[in-house]
Amino acid sequence: MAATLREVSRVIRSKNAGPFIFTFDIMFRDAATFAAVREAGHLDRATVARAYGLSPNEVLSFEWHGFANAVKFSIRREVASGGVGDSDVYGAQQHAPLLELQAL
Amino acid sequence: MPMLPRQDGEFVVVSCGMLGYGFLETSLERAVAVGLDLIAVDAGSTDPGPYYLGSGKPFCSDAMVRRDLELLLDAQIESGAKLVIGSAGGAGSDVHLEHTLGLLRDCIARRGRPRTLAVISSEMRKDELRAALRDGRITAFETPGLPSEDDIEQASHVVAQIGVEPIAAALTGTDADIVVSGRAWDPANIAALPVTRGYDRGLSVHAGKILECGALAAEPVGGADLLLGRIRAGDFIVEPCTEDRACTVESVAAHTMYEKTDPVLLPGPGGTSDLRGTRFEALDGRRVRVSGTRHIHDPVYRVKLEGARLAGYRNLVIGGIRDPAMIARIDSIQAGVVERIGRVLAPRIRPGQYSIKFHRYGIDGVMGRLEPVKATPHEVGLLVDVVGETEAIAAAAAGAARSLLLHWSFPGRVATAGNIALPFSPAEIPAGAVYEFNIYHLMELPDPAARFTWRLEAAA
Repeated sequence: MAATLREVSRVIRSKNAGPFIFTFDIMFRDAATFAAVREAGHLDRATVARAYGLSPNEVLSFEWHGFANAVKFSIRREVASGGVGDSDVYGAQQHAPLLELQAL
Repeated sequence: MPMLPRQDGEFVVVSCGMLGYGFLETSLERAVAVGLDLIAVDAGSTDPGPYYLGSGKPFCSDAMVRRDLELLLDAQIESGAKLVIGSAGGAGSDVHLEHTLGLLRDCIARRGRPRTLAVISSEMRKDELRAALRDGRITAFETPGLPSEDDIEQASHVVAQIGVEPIAAALTGTDADIVVSGRAWDPANIAALPVTRGYDRGLSVHAGKILECGALAAEPVGGADLLLGRIRAGDFIVEPCTEDRACTVESVAAHTMYEKTDPVLLPGPGGTSDLRGTRFEALDGRRVRVSGTRHIHDPVYRVKLEGARLAGYRNLVIGGIRDPAMIARIDSIQAGVVERIGRVLAPRIRPGQYSIKFHRYGIDGVMGRLEPVKATPHEVGLLVDVVGETEAIAAAAAGAARSLLLHWSFPGRVATAGNIALPFSPAEIPAGAVYEFNIYHLMELPDPAARFTWRLEAAA
C-alpha cells in the first residue's frame, strides 16, 4: 500500500548542524517500518536531492541508522546561520518538502 | 514517586540544557534528593546565530539567568556537588564570561555563602591565531578553505570550544565549588568530572551528549527541563526529573541524531565517540540504559574555533501585498527596484555598500531557493531586509526600497495609489548591527589544559 513519509514517520525535522549545514532526520514509527521503507527503495539520496532542487552530489551524506529507525541526510546552507540573507537561523523549518515524498 | 537514591559506584549528574531558559524548580529538588556529584550547565550555543559572539551581548536575559543561577547555587550548596557552567553568556567570549560571573557573584553575595570559583577563559588572542595560521595548525572544518589573516583581524571575538581537559584540570587542581568557563564543547561540562574520577571517557562523553540539552532527550520533549544521568562502571542511565516525562529508547536515540551530521562517529576535542557498538535498553517505562560507546583517542588534539565579525547595520521594511497583478510580477518588480535603488543612490552610495534581500512570505520566504512549491498566493508578506555599511546607508537604501515598491509602475497595474500595505509609520525599522560567522575552523593544540588555564576567585 502506498504511503508518504508523513504517514510512516514519527519525526521529520530539519535543524542546523553547526552554522553552515542543515541536517534532516526522518524517524520511522518502528523497526518494521524502517525496514519496509528501506526495502521499498523510494527514499534515497536522489529523491531527497530532487525534493530541494539539488543534485545528488549536493547531499553531503545520506545514511540509514537502524539504532534510531531513522534516515539522516545533510546539505550545505546557501547562507550561514544568521548571516546576511539567511531566512532560518535555527534551520528548523526546512523539512516540509519531505512530508509528501513516497515512502512505501 | 521519588527517584531512586544514588547507588554505590554511581556518578550522578543533573544537567540543565540552557542557563536562563527557566527549568522547573521541582525537577532540581528531585535531583538533589537523589544525591548529586555534579550539576552541569550549558549556557551557550552557536545555534542562535553569530550576533551574540560578534556583539558580546548575552543570549538570555539577566533576569532569567539570575533566576536559574540562584536555584542552581542553592542546589550546589545543599548537595555539595560541583557546579560546572560552560559557554557562559551564550557565546563564551571573555565579555560573556565576565557578565555571567558578575551575575553569579551577586547571587553568592545575596545568599551569604562564600564560594570558590575556578574561571577558565577560552577567548583566543589574534597573535596566537595568526601564528597558528602561519604554522599550518588551523585546518578546514565544515566550510572549504582556511581563514585569512583579514578574517582573524576582523573578528570581534574568536573563542575555542574547550574540551574535557581544561575543565578536568580546574576540578582536580583546585577545591573550587564552581567552575565557570568560556566557550566549551557541551558534553565536556558533564564528562570532565566523571573522567577525573576514573569513569570511562567514552561513556562519560556520550552521557554528556545526551544530557547536554536537558530534557530534549525525553518525551514529551522539554527544552527547558533538567535531565539526570547515572554513570557507572560499564554503562550509564538517563532519566527525567519529572513524573510526566519519560526517557525511552526512541527519545534517547532521537536525541543522538540531533544537530549533527553523523550520529555514530561524533568527533570532539581529543577524540571521537564511537557509537557503532552502542546499545540503548529500556530499564523501565522512564529510564534508559546506554552501554558500549567507546572513546577513540585522537593523536592530534584539536579544538573548534568560532569567530564572528560585523557585517553591517540592518534596516527593515515590512509590508503586505494583496494585489494579484503585483504578486504575479513580483520577481521582475524586485529586480527593477534594486536596479533603480542603485541608480538613485549613486554616486554617493555604491551598490557594494549595502545588500537588499526580499523575504517573500507566502511564496518562498522560509526556504528561498530550496522551496519546491511554485504557487501563486492571494497575499504575500514582504520583508525587505537591507544591510548597509553604516546605519545611514541602510536607512537610505531601505527608504528608497519602500517608496519605489509603493509606487512602482508595471503592466496591468490598476491600483495606482500604492502597491504595498505598510503596517507601520515609520515604515523603516532600524534593527541594529548584523554579524556573521567568519571563522569556524579547527586548530591543533598539543596541551589544551596548559592553554586554557583556570584562575581561582573567592566569591563572597
